[in-house]
Amino acid sequence: MNTLINELGVIIYATLLFTPPLLFAALGSCFSEVSGVVNIGIEGMMTAGAFTGCVVAHFTGNPWIGFLCGGLAGAVFGALHATATVRLGADQTIAGTAINLLAPGIAIMMAYALFNSTDTVPLTAASKIPLLFNGTFDTTTTWGRFMKNVFTNYATTYIVFIAVVVVWFIFYKTRFGLRMRACGEHPQACETLGINVLRTRFLCVCISGFMAGLGGACMTMAITNQFRPISIVGQGFIAIAAVIFGKFRPQGAMLGCLLFGLCTGLKVVFGTSGISAQLISMIPYVITVIVLILFVGKSHVPAANGKPFIKAR
Amino acid sequence: MDKKKSPLELLAANKFIHTLLSILIGFAVGALFLVVLGISVGQAYGKLFQSIFSSVKSLSYCVVYATTYIVTGLSVAFSFKTGVFNIGAEGQFVVGSMAACVVGIFLSDLPPIVLIPLCFLAAAAAGALWGSIVGFLKTRWGINEVLSMIMFNWIAFFLSNYIAGFPAIHNEGNAEATRNVAENARTLFSKDLISSLGLCPTANWGIFVAIVLTIVVYFVIEKTTLGYELKAVGFNKHAAEYAGINVNRSILTSLAISGALAGIGGALLLLGMGGRISIFSSQEGYGFAGIVVALIGVTNPFGVFAAGLFYGAMTYGGSKLNLVGAPTQVVSIIMGTIVFFIAISSVFSYLGRLKKEKKTAPVKKMEDAKEDEQK
Repeated sequence: MNTLINELGVIIYATLLFTPPLLFAALGSCFSEVSGVVNIGIEGMMTAGAFTGCVVAHFTGNPWIGFLCGGLAGAVFGALHATATVRLGADQTIAGTAINLLAPGIAIMMAYALFNSTDTVPLTAASKIPLLFNGTFDTTTTWGRFMKNVFTNYATTYIVFIAVVVVWFIFYKTRFGLRMRACGEHPQACETLGINVLRTRFLCVCISGFMAGLGGACMTMAITNQFRPISIVGQGFIAIAAVIFGKFRPQGAMLGCLLFGLCTGLKVVFGTSGISAQLISMIPYVITVIVLILFVGKSHVPAANGKPFIKAR
Repeated sequence: MDKKKSPLELLAANKFIHTLLSILIGFAVGALFLVVLGISVGQAYGKLFQSIFSSVKSLSYCVVYATTYIVTGLSVAFSFKTGVFNIGAEGQFVVGSMAACVVGIFLSDLPPIVLIPLCFLAAAAAGALWGSIVGFLKTRWGINEVLSMIMFNWIAFFLSNYIAGFPAIHNEGNAEATRNVAENARTLFSKDLISSLGLCPTANWGIFVAIVLTIVVYFVIEKTTLGYELKAVGFNKHAAEYAGINVNRSILTSLAISGALAGIGGALLLLGMGGRISIFSSQEGYGFAGIVVALIGVTNPFGVFAAGLFYGAMTYGGSKLNLVGAPTQVVSIIMGTIVFFIAISSVFSYLGRLKKEKKTAPVKKMEDAKEDEQK
């Protein structure tokens, strides 16, 4: 029984550790996709955030300034994507691919310039994202260890779940959210009603970049402790997958990210035991496909998603 | 005045010019970053071009690198033409490579004339299967293909790592790779040919496969009923369905062909260069490179061929940049900028058209007015 509780605690801990980077990015992706702009560049924006967050935290010694700057770096690339796709009507997939090449290239080049290496210097404990409830629980008892595993997490874990609620509120309870969703469904109708489609989409893509940047920053500033070229490999695409999985809703995207987080957690916990680590690593992706077939099925893609909106003159 | 040239011709000319312009801008932006970092642009670009063009050997390296990129680029370009975005080329590439590897190891007794085609066939079949699964999920259950492709990329990645760990094909001496495929399966030029022409040691026949595939893909897309149907579905699904084209079957066919191409890309890399498959810690990115190549080649097969050569040369040349203290990543920045400007190149022509319309508009109005007066 005790070992079961221990293992359950460890799995929950690992899930809560690996979910936030994906979830930040997925929430961002929701904004962009729902307003009608496909954002494949999430991956690159995460890399930008991962690098900038780490570097700023390293030089200022303040994790929160670093975290915010990580988001802003993502937003800069978001603005670049938005300029191309919203203002200039460029193909969204192509522009996103460009972002995915540009952002890591620039990040690693800057790392060379600053540290003379592709990696940044590991963060000190003070400039890392802090752990909350550290030492609150009595780890000599089974339940104490369980509580520690569940609640002693990086602050970003708490922030991201608050962010889910906030994003849900923005999406479904505010005027901006309604307009944003309308822009993704029928931009022409929005324009006739006096909603500025281009401005709304531009803003949404910038927000998506900001959130993706936060996700990247939370990867390097909480989990890996330093930026390396392989810090962000595919997490951005997984976040996009989670959004499609969650039918373009923030709460659905959260479930998707938790699923991937859980599977990564399971891999970490059981990966070293007898069964092949490679097969275990495969599980999240297989499960996702099965869940899609059994429960989710066809997801409603915002009707105007991927289509540039050209304002009538 | 415009009537002398067909609009298609004008567009093709424009695209070509746009791509060249984008490449120039790409190098300019790359230079800008080098300057900001205090690295000599002349030295870095000098090294880049010198390592590409200095000898027959270096040029042959570029061609060897390019072979794989051309074929994965064709795969993605084919999918673009038919309205699907094959972000799953990465996974199809990996399973194709593994299939060729398994055949190349286990059927090592066969003569090259049988074994090499068998390897390519296995790779194409594996890639096609991988693409078809995604197509099946889409047509049967309506599952978003981008999502399932991302999943199947990772499944392929771990599957390949898993198979590479099997005792039967695992390399005893090297814990991180499979055994080498049989010499009979390799597509390398003979040693005499390599030494007499001064080529690189991995110079191989793959580039001819790439040339043939480029022509075949062009022919299928432009000259066959199948290609016409696939393009019609890509252009407007509903119109195609109304015209009596089976949309679901078209999507499946398109993904299978695209997957087969990516799979062949995997076999080309394996049989030409490495000869074995390593256990990787992260995705190698040949499929993703294919996306870039397809975009730089504006999804035209011959454009893709040229773009593949360019990408191969840049990859090879870029890998030598460290020697002069410049980061290799400047190549990513150049490539990213090129793709970015290709993305917004349609805007240039759009703006051009707007200007023309504005210029001609008042004249036209006056003419209309004159006509009205005459009436």
